Amino acid sequence: MKIKIDRKYIPVIATFLVALLLYCGVGIRYPGFMTFRVFVNFFIDNAYLGIAAIGMTFVILSGGIDLSVGSMVAFTGVLTAFLIEKQGLHPLMAIVISLGCGSLIGYVMGCLIHYFKSAPFIVTLTGMFFCRGLANLISLESIPIYNPVFKSFVRLAVELPGRIKIPAIVFIFLLVFIAAIYIAHFTKFGRNVYALGGSSQSALLMGLPVGRTRIAVYALSGFLSALAGVVFTMYTSAGYGLSGLGMEMEAIASVVIGGTLLTGGVGYVAGTLVGVLIQAIIQTFITFDGTLSSWWTKIAIGLLLLIFILLQRFISQASRISKPTETVNI
Amino acid sequence: MSETTPILSVRGISKSFPGVKALAGVDFNLYQGEVHALMGENGAGKSTLIKLLTGVYERDQGQIFLEGKEIRPHSPNHAQEMGISTVYQEVNLVPTLSVAENIFLGRQPLRFGAIQWQKMKTGAEAALQRLNLNLDVKQQLSSYSIAVQQMVAIARALDISAKILILDEPTSSLDSNEVAQLFKVVRKLKKDGLGIIFVTHFLDQVYEISDRITVLRNGQLVGEFETGALPRIELIKKMIGREFEAFNAQDDKRESSAEIDKKQFMKVERLSKKGAVVPFDLSLHIGEVLGLAGLLGSGRTEIARLLFGIDKADHGRIFLDNRQVAFFSPRKAIAFGFGFCPEDRKTSGIIEELSVKENIILALQAKKGWLHTISRKTQEEIAATYIRTLNIATPNADQKVKNLSGGNQQKAIVARWLASNPRFLILDEPTRGIDIGAKAEIQKLILSLSNEGMSILFISSELNEVTRCAHRVVVLRDRRKITELTADQIDEQVIMHTIAEG
Repeated sequence: MKIKIDRKYIPVIATFLVALLLYCGVGIRYPGFMTFRVFVNFFIDNAYLGIAAIGMTFVILSGGIDLSVGSMVAFTGVLTAFLIEKQGLHPLMAIVISLGCGSLIGYVMGCLIHYFKSAPFIVTLTGMFFCRGLANLISLESIPIYNPVFKSFVRLAVELPGRIKIPAIVFIFLLVFIAAIYIAHFTKFGRNVYALGGSSQSALLMGLPVGRTRIAVYALSGFLSALAGVVFTMYTSAGYGLSGLGMEMEAIASVVIGGTLLTGGVGYVAGTLVGVLIQAIIQTFITFDGTLSSWWTKIAIGLLLLIFILLQRFISQASRISKPTETVNI
Repeated sequence: MSETTPILSVRGISKSFPGVKALAGVDFNLYQGEVHALMGENGAGKSTLIKLLTGVYERDQGQIFLEGKEIRPHSPNHAQEMGISTVYQEVNLVPTLSVAENIFLGRQPLRFGAIQWQKMKTGAEAALQRLNLNLDVKQQLSSYSIAVQQMVAIARALDISAKILILDEPTSSLDSNEVAQLFKVVRKLKKDGLGIIFVTHFLDQVYEISDRITVLRNGQLVGEFETGALPRIELIKKMIGREFEAFNAQDDKRESSAEIDKKQFMKVERLSKKGAVVPFDLSLHIGEVLGLAGLLGSGRTEIARLLFGIDKADHGRIFLDNRQVAFFSPRKAIAFGFGFCPEDRKTSGIIEELSVKENIILALQAKKGWLHTISRKTQEEIAATYIRTLNIATPNADQKVKNLSGGNQQKAIVARWLASNPRFLILDEPTRGIDIGAKAEIQKLILSLSNEGMSILFISSELNEVTRCAHRVVVLRDRRKITELTADQIDEQVIMHTIAEG
């Protein structure tokens, strides 16, 4: 039987193969690498990035971009820490307020993009400065969290045999991941996001709620960034206004390496997870090696991005050649 | 079939836009189980009528009845809900999604809020089956040809609800096999009792598929005809709108035709572009006005674009001054002394926010290169000269072009190219939408320029203009050069017969 691979799956399959190859390659070099503990650490260390990247996946699928992610993580992280430590709020209350703020800022950015027909790049760049400013306005210093209730959240974990603990943030990450797959593939909203990214003009003419969808995408990304901020605060037990610098770029890299087309309309949430894991593997490899500068991570990610973007170009070109009747209207 | 009441009936519908009466009191009837062709040249009002039916525009006057009930569609969605579906030339689907999703986008079958993919798949297959189409509905839409994509669009439209299907130039980007495929579907739908409105520029297709024809011209109804009872030549006459009255055309041109410099300026061999024009030869002499005649969509504009290097030809060779030119682009064309007044001055000619003067200077500046400034004084002199010679009605040279009337905008574009002193000027419909007086002036200008040794390619839908100005006429039909007429052969009637019979 001949196995036919649909062209649209090629980037995702490529991502998966790269991840597998990297994992095995590093595993052969460092025997301790291929343990379950290290694998769990991938998720612990990158839960916040993964959550933000999932939000970014929706934005990019819709044909947009969200540059505010990193600042949003910093802002909501500081806000959570500030509300708990300085204002004495119950941690749950603080988290809910942070998530609300993130969603609201995302919503406002979505409205600006839709109603004023502004470029997402510019609007979210504005959001990026705005959030970073707010974060540092709240506190220039890192705010450590000592609140016992919050500490107990952080310590919540499932203990597996071999004394491997899986903390709550990993479950949050996985829950978000599963929910995102459901939303992307089994709800009208999710399919509208794909349609919007595939051709917003057609989506409009097909009577889809283009405006509502676009705004919701940015609100969702805002919410998930805020959640990433909360998770990051749980991960570091502190909120700091300078955290998450350049994180939006790592999120974008995860999405693109995960096989989502930057032009929108094509991609999978699962690909993004693998994209995040690839970054985790490279990072862990450099830690294992011990002699390499950690900045090699960035170089490796840069190279991977380049390869994947070329791959996408190649695939979209190949599909154009296969249908010569396509017309261009000027 | 005319005994039954029409499924769609339009009575005295009118629509005006600022400065233009796009439709004036037009009637239109569509019956069940017929394919009704809507014909007319540019500006005839076809697309306005379609847009009124589909709710893109709201009418000023008149009534629309669907199955005897008056309707007022206010958006394409609203029209669709009532059963009026439209399939456009560009496929309005999402190419990156699967065929099944495209058919069900926005109305997916849900259970407990979750999309039922399996049900969607069988539903899509059933919808396509109605058109006798068997596709793998899980494949991405873009993996299919445009023709199939269009049929998917039809399937979606029919599945939502359709009593009336409007096909708005669906065949413009299809090759002949794909057209045959599409027509098979159209015949099936016709048998199923749908009313189908078919808009196209291709005469062959009209005669192949339609039962009746409604012809519009300049926003007016010319008439409704049985296709079988309307010979092609009559149809063309009705579209172009000139009965063969005697007119005093042959006056000012012929004396100059004898003294045409026979030196060749440009020659093209077997130039072609897939989907635009089939291979054609063309030669142009110095000081010659070459007319391109043919209906809209016959390849006139496409040839102009190829000659100016806007579109790249797939095959063929271009010679300038007897030397072959390897690579061609607008930039190079301008360097060789070409000028191009495009058909649609609003979108591709005039820069509305700039002044008359700036618009006139533009081509000259481009030719000189952006580093060489033209002094303000020279600019003003040039602008003043052309405003005077072309009679551009403007309060002053610094007026914004958008405040001028259509004819004067057109003259400003002509002035732009004249200022760059071209050797070869392409005029694509230079007289469209301007008043009679301005038309005459532009025609006079064309003749005097050619007397001064400029070569001109003159494209016009108005045959009397072509016959009046051109030394030689190339006749086009369905993207094919049919013949070349010279001297005495240049006659409206001859051209019309050539277009009709090929």
